Amino acid sequence: MNLSTFNQERIVLIATVLVVIFAAIVLPGFLNVTNLISIVRSISVLGILALGMAIVIIGRGIDLSMVAIMAMSIAWYLQMLHTGYGETEALMLVLLAVVFIGAVNGFLVAYADVPPIFVTLATGLFVFGFVRSQLIPSDAVTVPAGHWLEAVGAARFAGIPVDVFVFLTLAFATFLFLRFTKWGRYVYYAGDNPAAARNIGIPVRPMLVLRYILSALFSFIAGLLTAASLLSIQTRVINSNLLYDVILVAVIGGIGLSGGKGGVRNVLIGAALIGILLNVMTIANISLLLQNLIKSTILLAAIILDGWLNPRDEQTAQQGDI
Amino acid sequence: MNVLKSAFSAIAIATAAFAALPAAAQDPGPEAYKNALEGKRIVMVPMAMGFDLAQGWAGYLSKEIPNFGGVFETRDPNWSVEAGAQAIAEAITSDPKPDVLIVMAPDMNSYSKLMRRAQKAGIFVFLIDNPANFKADAFFGGDWTEMGRIEAKEAVRACGDSSSKQIGLVQGDQTNATSLFQYNGIVEEMAKHEGFEIVSEPFSNWDATTSRTVTTTMLQQHPDICAIIDFWDGDAVGAAAAIREAGMSDKVHLIANGGGEKSANCDAIKNGTYGAVVSTSVRRESYDMLAMMKYLLQSNVKPGDAATYIYTDTDTINDLTMTDSSCWDLSALTAQ
Repeated sequence: MNLSTFNQERIVLIATVLVVIFAAIVLPGFLNVTNLISIVRSISVLGILALGMAIVIIGRGIDLSMVAIMAMSIAWYLQMLHTGYGETEALMLVLLAVVFIGAVNGFLVAYADVPPIFVTLATGLFVFGFVRSQLIPSDAVTVPAGHWLEAVGAARFAGIPVDVFVFLTLAFATFLFLRFTKWGRYVYYAGDNPAAARNIGIPVRPMLVLRYILSALFSFIAGLLTAASLLSIQTRVINSNLLYDVILVAVIGGIGLSGGKGGVRNVLIGAALIGILLNVMTIANISLLLQNLIKSTILLAAIILDGWLNPRDEQTAQQGDI
Repeated sequence: MNVLKSAFSAIAIATAAFAALPAAAQDPGPEAYKNALEGKRIVMVPMAMGFDLAQGWAGYLSKEIPNFGGVFETRDPNWSVEAGAQAIAEAITSDPKPDVLIVMAPDMNSYSKLMRRAQKAGIFVFLIDNPANFKADAFFGGDWTEMGRIEAKEAVRACGDSSSKQIGLVQGDQTNATSLFQYNGIVEEMAKHEGFEIVSEPFSNWDATTSRTVTTTMLQQHPDICAIIDFWDGDAVGAAAAIREAGMSDKVHLIANGGGEKSANCDAIKNGTYGAVVSTSVRRESYDMLAMMKYLLQSNVKPGDAATYIYTDTDTINDLTMTDSSCWDLSALTAQ
């Protein structure tokens, strides 16, 4: 067995298993079925966002506008319902806007050659600023009484919240897309070496646009689930750590920021570690500052170990990360 | 003749006195009030403008300040500490500089130096809602330690003696004074009640989703909990969702604190989202601020001389105590 089989993904998987074993021994009630369900549930929204982020990162990009799109699209949608728009009308308008923002992200990256980190940072701020100042009166919008989101939030199948099924379905769909469709494979080629991918005739630019539209749609779904559970959407979430957590989930699971590497499995492992950590630290009553320290230490350790066991190759070193 | 003469002089005196009367009895108040207050500039820098407290303060202040000829402005840092610092710095150097600066500090220390600079520049500094390490001319808001005690009392009352006596907390963070002081108050009050204990005290970081996640975990680990205190109504909807989803709405009394806004607090108590809200009335805070600025601007007090604490009484609003006047209505206030 070669040392380099211990890539970041495996290291994190081992860390996760160790945390689980530790928690199972030390914390009574951790291995309880309801607790396990609530762990998966707690990472569903994070996981859905991380799936969208993963598709973009594998194609050598990054989408910093996801959390803004998630919160603001839903806030605008709910606000429209409050001000008398019909259900279909509001939903259509918001979907159009979400696809439009995703397309703008993709277009600017693909055709204007602006680095994705700047494009999506700017569109994220724009989406937040525009919706907050022009379309909604305050930074939290409630779900109108009797709206279908209430039913979604309350629905359970076999005692498991809908979020979990949506997350798993999307994870499976993303897996099928990346692994078995032609366009899915293209994501890897484009991420690994965009110039070569273009030379062999892959439509690199239209596909880039598609990826950002996908991540915008994933954000919208994550927002719907958040609103369904909280019966309101708090746009303050934009100022939270959520976006960093999304990137953390993708990166910690072993999806390289240089593109072309990783898949759904990495997202699942990354999300599992984050969800289990939060759960364990909550049960153990660990303070917030210490929680952040522990989370960041694990990330740093995983990155350092990976860098040590799998030195960067010549090509990545030349191209650099995003 | 003498009689006539004295009658005349009496009339003359009376007429003179009568003529002089309006001048002598004129009320000096309005003139002095106007001179002291007209054209005064009041700038408010809350943590963000888009939530009930800030909108409430701004609603009441913007109605009354123009009545005395003052100018009222707000800045919206939108929860960014840096943007708030910039807004304060900009206000200090602006021309004409504000006469009163109302600051809602995000934590104990971030704005202390800036606020001291404002006072040195001749600006009265009001601290609102959140305490800070700074001698403000006046502080308005709840006494957060007392808020904690009141929340704990409400939890003890709701649980009752025959309950599990287990109480859970959802704290805010570890830097904001409201969170720290509330916690101290709760712990202090709990110690007075035999058998009651805090079984879990996670943090929400003021985020509703995190509040939901940690509360879900808390309820699984301690299914006998009879009351949960969430430190802010802005994220307590998350704790409420966790309780609802666990099917424990009847068993667990959720206590939040808030500004007494109707849809955020009273309506939420009616529909069972919260069991109780400990409210620092935004309405009273606003009128306290108005009274204090009217006083300071007319007095000879210089910025930095006074250090007053104007604590608003806190109400515990629950099913038993709620009346039509318990809350104020943001939509009505902004619609006027």
